Amino acid sequence: MKLLKLGSRHKSAVCETQVMVIRATAEPVDLRCGGLPMTEVSAEPPAGVALDPGFAAGSLIGKRYIDGADKIELLCTKGGKGSLSLGEVAFEVKQAKALPSSD
Amino acid sequence: MNIAMILEMAADTFGDRVAVSDGRTSLSYVKLRQRALAAAEIVRGNGSRNTALLDVNSTAIPVALFGAALAGTPYAPVNYRLAKDELSELLERIAPATLFTTGEAFDGLTAPDGMILTDRNQLPAGDGVERAWPDLSEDGSEIAVQLFTSGTTGKPKAAILRHENLMSYILGTVEFASAQEGDTSLISVPPYHIASISQVLSAIYAGRRIVFLENFEARAWLDLCAAERVTNAFVVPTMLVRIVDELAQGSWDLSALRGISFGGGKMPLAVIEQAMAVLPQVDFTNAYGLTETSATICILTPDDHRAAAASTEPHIRQRLGSVGRAIGTVEIEIRDEDGAVLPPGAPGHIHARGAQVAGEYLDVGSTLDAEGWFPTRDRGFLDHEGFLFLEGRDDDVIVRGGENISPGEIEDVLLLHPAILDVAVVAVPDEYWGEAIGAAVVIREGQAVTEEEIQEWVRARLRSSRVPSVVRFRSVLPYNDMGKLLRRVIRGEMI
Repeated sequence: MKLLKLGSRHKSAVCETQVMVIRATAEPVDLRCGGLPMTEVSAEPPAGVALDPGFAAGSLIGKRYIDGADKIELLCTKGGKGSLSLGEVAFEVKQAKALPSSD
Repeated sequence: MNIAMILEMAADTFGDRVAVSDGRTSLSYVKLRQRALAAAEIVRGNGSRNTALLDVNSTAIPVALFGAALAGTPYAPVNYRLAKDELSELLERIAPATLFTTGEAFDGLTAPDGMILTDRNQLPAGDGVERAWPDLSEDGSEIAVQLFTSGTTGKPKAAILRHENLMSYILGTVEFASAQEGDTSLISVPPYHIASISQVLSAIYAGRRIVFLENFEARAWLDLCAAERVTNAFVVPTMLVRIVDELAQGSWDLSALRGISFGGGKMPLAVIEQAMAVLPQVDFTNAYGLTETSATICILTPDDHRAAAASTEPHIRQRLGSVGRAIGTVEIEIRDEDGAVLPPGAPGHIHARGAQVAGEYLDVGSTLDAEGWFPTRDRGFLDHEGFLFLEGRDDDVIVRGGENISPGEIEDVLLLHPAILDVAVVAVPDEYWGEAIGAAVVIREGQAVTEEEIQEWVRARLRSSRVPSVVRFRSVLPYNDMGKLLRRVIRGEMI
């Protein structure tokens, strides 16, 4: 369990996936990728761990992921084989909507 | 949180695609990443506090912007059009810094203590050195950009934007990799304008190729649009005026051009109507924002433009002169002199709130109130559906016998006069009222109108307190290079 800080980045323990927190709650959460807890980006990958086939749908760079309650939002900054989950509950891809752009 | 992440993601995803070009150089996203890393190495090696830029547009703009972010310093572009003494003063305020420039741009200047010059043309190009991506701070509160305000009313202030401000703007308005193959943005605003920074970041995050035009000139802009099959462009109002004029002088293949957005000053109704008529295939977007708000906070969308232009209902028709509605991540409020929130229709001080709203200056600090609201110092009102109408700057308000009068409402009425091409309304000293209304008027070629006729025109449409007591005829009005009206100059000439 850890507190998600806005702007903080997290890395999968079993694949290339990295995310940045763009919306968070004040409660600590169990953020996982590929079925295992995510680590600090600078952390050494833990040994002897493997991708959980139940969480292997993958994550895609540039996609935003939201939890079921739509309280936590992650931006995937590197894609990978593992899928993101809060505990055992998978994050969903936030549907891209038409954004107001003037550039 | 760091804006360099935008480049990192783009280079990881579509690395070999062309990212930026300027007629001389063309860089893929991977090459742009290499150059930004090399630039960061120079800045760090120099021990600089800022990464400054004194230059026209080129592919060196994104190199310096991302290089600054990778080196952990603010990016500080300065206005090469300023007088030498003004420029020297700004350079002193930025030092110790690494300055990316050219011999031409730096001609006649002396580097202050601590300023190390790097010729933009000598930036390491594909030197084969593999530089590692640095561990960037997760803390978004570091300063990403320092921009000097135009200083049309006084000494330039150094506005600062933090990484979290700019990232909030990008994440709130751009979907990653959303550009279609062939999408191309033409950047013609100078690098010291906030729209340059927002366009670079947006285009790279979207994966839309950027073409830089060294300096804006209407014919060169149209030539480049046609040659590069440009799909999107941002212009300030004066640029659009010149483009529309130039279009009457020749013919260009603009079939690829889909969208023009504009901002940075008041767009005269006649100009946008004319532009919509001569470029019917183009989507027009009016963007309102300030340096201090990380660019755009309100948008009048292409659909809003068309609905307004086609409507016979006055309250919808008038939205063509509006700057649109707040984007989803920003709130807008209108307040009176005492800070109370005003209802729709009532003009007052425009306030903005949102994660992209920085409202902060070096040496001054934050100007946000306790609830995070930024006083834009612009005046205006919201209509019942949240469309914002601008009436000018707080500083431009005319106080006539205790009554606050916005120049904008009088200017709008005068611009409807068929003989009037351009107009500026300013305060003139008045013995009885304290201040009175002065109007500097530019008459259309071949037309004539008298001072009395102008006064009568206003009297028939507005309250008598709005009637100009002084009218001066001029051949042109003074604007700065970004199309901002220099009211201070006009006021000086009225007396």
